[in-house]
Amino acid sequence: MLAMNYRGPLRVRASQKPMPQIEHPQDAIVRVTRSCICGSDLHLYNGSVPDTRVGMTFGHEFTGIVEEVGSEVTKIKVGDHVLVPFNIACGECVFCKQEMYGNCHESNPQATAVGGIFGYSHTAGGYNGGQAEYARVPYANVGPTVIPEGMDPDDAVLLTDVVPTGYQAAEMGGIQKGDTVVVFGAGPVGIMAAKCSWLFGAGRVIIIDQVDYRLEFARNYAQCEAYNFNEIGDPVVFMKKTTDWMGADVCIDAVGAEAAGNAMQTITGRKLLLQAGSATALHWAINSVKKGGIVSIVGVYGPTDNLVPIGNVLNKGITIRANQASVKRLLPRLIEHVQNGVLNPKALITHRIPLEEVSDAYRIFSAKLDNCIKPVLISPSAGM
Amino acid sequence: MENITNDYSHIKGWGIDADPKNDPTYPMKKRNNGEHMGYSWTRPTLQPETVEVLHSIERPNVTAVFGTSTPPSGLSGMIRRLAFKKSENDYGHWLPLILADRINVVEGIIEDLRSGIVPNIFAEKGMKAEWKHNRSGVIRQMAVTAIIAYGFVAFYRAKKRRDRGY
Repeated sequence: MLAMNYRGPLRVRASQKPMPQIEHPQDAIVRVTRSCICGSDLHLYNGSVPDTRVGMTFGHEFTGIVEEVGSEVTKIKVGDHVLVPFNIACGECVFCKQEMYGNCHESNPQATAVGGIFGYSHTAGGYNGGQAEYARVPYANVGPTVIPEGMDPDDAVLLTDVVPTGYQAAEMGGIQKGDTVVVFGAGPVGIMAAKCSWLFGAGRVIIIDQVDYRLEFARNYAQCEAYNFNEIGDPVVFMKKTTDWMGADVCIDAVGAEAAGNAMQTITGRKLLLQAGSATALHWAINSVKKGGIVSIVGVYGPTDNLVPIGNVLNKGITIRANQASVKRLLPRLIEHVQNGVLNPKALITHRIPLEEVSDAYRIFSAKLDNCIKPVLISPSAGM
Repeated sequence: MENITNDYSHIKGWGIDADPKNDPTYPMKKRNNGEHMGYSWTRPTLQPETVEVLHSIERPNVTAVFGTSTPPSGLSGMIRRLAFKKSENDYGHWLPLILADRINVVEGIIEDLRSGIVPNIFAEKGMKAEWKHNRSGVIRQMAVTAIIAYGFVAFYRAKKRRDRGY
């Protein structure tokens, strides 16, 4: 089968790989119909996440048709069209029982902070992802959800990560009616976080980025204020000034390790990998929030060797309010929002690219070429 | 600063998920006594270990399922095995993994060549897309690289001449 194949930092290609097999009685094999490239994949693509091995297939946002199921699979059947949450969760451990599906303790042997994630290095379990014609889906009784009748597959694929992560970012902000919310990062998740902040009753939503076309997109899609940090001077002072010198009620970091805007952070975090990535957005969030305010982190940070392990704060869901999204917990509500037209995820998709051209797709997304917001890869056997 | 309005009628769904009791600890508020009982849940069926799986020393075992995409191999694999003797709390775990990743890239090129594949690095880096959508940027980058390379060559040629004393 054809699959994305990681060859090293900034180098990927599509090549032939063996078909995935049932390796556990609760496994399913799905024929991938849609798979996205996520901003988090760029951390892997840039070589920032340790234990990203050459030969891996990335991709944690995908939908597919069930082709085969293991002997213990009862919740889905061959032929179902499913959306597959990016978390691999057993549903049995103490953390899954608390609905912390992003923190499952039975899906990632290599690390204890984060649960298993499709196609996200061995730090997240060593699973191949969905940027392929076929994918192995463990714990098929827990995560995969049959796409509701009539739902557009483009909407469905964004329910695997982007929408729940953006929604949970807003939810973790504890937004109260009338609150001012600032979102750092106008990528797909940041835009969705801004959009969802209104659902919680925000009184004002501001988004900060440095790419004008993304800001324009955010303005239109999320109906929020949008500012280019290169044009407003010190973003923290700007935020204070625009909130009557108090600071925002809620700040959301939707950037993570790849943040631009501070030379020292860029050199030590992104170029030399001496800390968990550039923490510029996190600094701005912490410094822009008002006293007693809430900082919500969904931007991904790597592990650390010399600073506070902020990546683990995210992955373990420690209280600053940060976590990987608990997709399964949020799905029922979000499906309802999509069906009622409150959310329109597929509008984020700007590029449909054949899987064969995965190298170009990564380049377009990572270099922000051609006004790209969200690319979807279509495999030759997608059949739709 | 934009004009702020309190009329949200243009925003579909405004406030529909508002909850004055939005609990900062959610979903941990669903906490039960299970976690005080340690590693006591009924474990799912265990996936057979058909490949080498490294596991964190912060847990007693391998998880019930795991990925089998790329088992450790070669020199990078040896370094990874050493890394997994240290905890996730230790730089002795993460730094060797980063080193192993870099070595693994070279191993990948060797593996390609052995299999008769000459990696097309230009294509793998997506330069076709860059050329299509950012031609001026590519040309600027190539020019800067050429100037720097020329500077190095000129410097070493001059140094060679100085060393020879003419």
